[in-house]
Amino acid sequence: MNIIEFTLLVGASGLLAGFVGSLTGLGGGIIITPLLTLALGVDIRYAVGAALVSVIATSSGAAAAYVREGFSNIRIGMFLEIATALGAVGGAMLAARISTGSISIIFGLVLFYSAYASSHPGHERVGDCRPDPLATRLKMNGSYPTPYGPKAYCPQAVPTGFSLMFGAGILSGLLGIGSGAVKVIAMDQAMGLPFKVSTTTSNFMIGVTAAASAGLYLARGYIDPGLAMPVMLGVVAGSLAGARVLPYAKTRWLRLGFGLVIAVMAIEMIYHGLTGRL
Amino acid sequence: MASRARQWTDQNVEDWIGNLLRVGVTLAVAVVLLGGGIYLARHGREAPQYHVFRGEPTDLRTISGIVKEALAFQGRGLIQLGLLLLIATPVARVAFSVAAFAIERDWLYVVVTLIVLAVLVYSLTGWHL
Repeated sequence: MNIIEFTLLVGASGLLAGFVGSLTGLGGGIIITPLLTLALGVDIRYAVGAALVSVIATSSGAAAAYVREGFSNIRIGMFLEIATALGAVGGAMLAARISTGSISIIFGLVLFYSAYASSHPGHERVGDCRPDPLATRLKMNGSYPTPYGPKAYCPQAVPTGFSLMFGAGILSGLLGIGSGAVKVIAMDQAMGLPFKVSTTTSNFMIGVTAAASAGLYLARGYIDPGLAMPVMLGVVAGSLAGARVLPYAKTRWLRLGFGLVIAVMAIEMIYHGLTGRL
Repeated sequence: MASRARQWTDQNVEDWIGNLLRVGVTLAVAVVLLGGGIYLARHGREAPQYHVFRGEPTDLRTISGIVKEALAFQGRGLIQLGLLLLIATPVARVAFSVAAFAIERDWLYVVVTLIVLAVLVYSLTGWHL
């Protein structure tokens, strides 16, 4: 296999990862790293570097479309980004201190968690909600478009959401992923936001979180242009396509199917981490 | 009346942020495509070596080194420059949000956004300028 063939293969993987990652709000990073390491035998540090870049591309590419549709909440996103950005810097520092085997095992566990989380969505809330005093002071209450007109929502449990976001930041910096799963859980489950508001606000935040650790990754030589190029191009194309399909997507079946695939990847990552083959 | 004014500016800010993200990603993609074309034309027939980690050379790790390589029209340097533009896009978005919240006189969120911007600038420049 020469570099042209390898580039095409990696580009196709990026396309798939971007499409699915954007639809589910979990980000392409969590799919591209197992694909690169398990299927193509790429060293996990190169894979994580390329994934981090793809994460920024997914977020910015899809967020550009979502912002206009009025799904994402910029104030909630910006406030929670304090926690994720700080966590991401800490996570990137931690990544330099632990072995690639441990990174692979933690990656597998996070994949498992994502598989579980994406197939067990919170129920959509119906009726009126009671505004939370802290969320109201932080101007987080909002509304989002539905086929029946704008629907109001009011976030709850801001401190819990904020703490979960710090953890999401650490995982993002450590594993080169967007940590969309943890972000969506923090907003969808803990703060009680509607699913589409959670996924799009998460998509919106992911780029900032990833940028917070990207500088350190670049300085450490993890970001290889030959590998990151097809990953990034594929992911941008895939995530733009995903953003177009999202308003019509059946998120429930999507999340179930996606959950199964990443559970298999999780087992592989943990196995390879334990046997030291990565 | 007041709430309508706020809604209008919020919509404006969202339009601007959407455009900023789009321009940033488009620019990054264009530079990466150009660099990728040059890189594949020169090295496409060689064998890929990603199973062993060697780390990137210094010129592809620092902002000044990347700019130097890109100006010399090196494929890998141009790709790296495109990736830098991509990394800069969310940072620019946060910087823009500071100004947007200031125009809205939402000082609480000016402070919130400045904290996020400070973390980003520190992490992007703190180790390798």
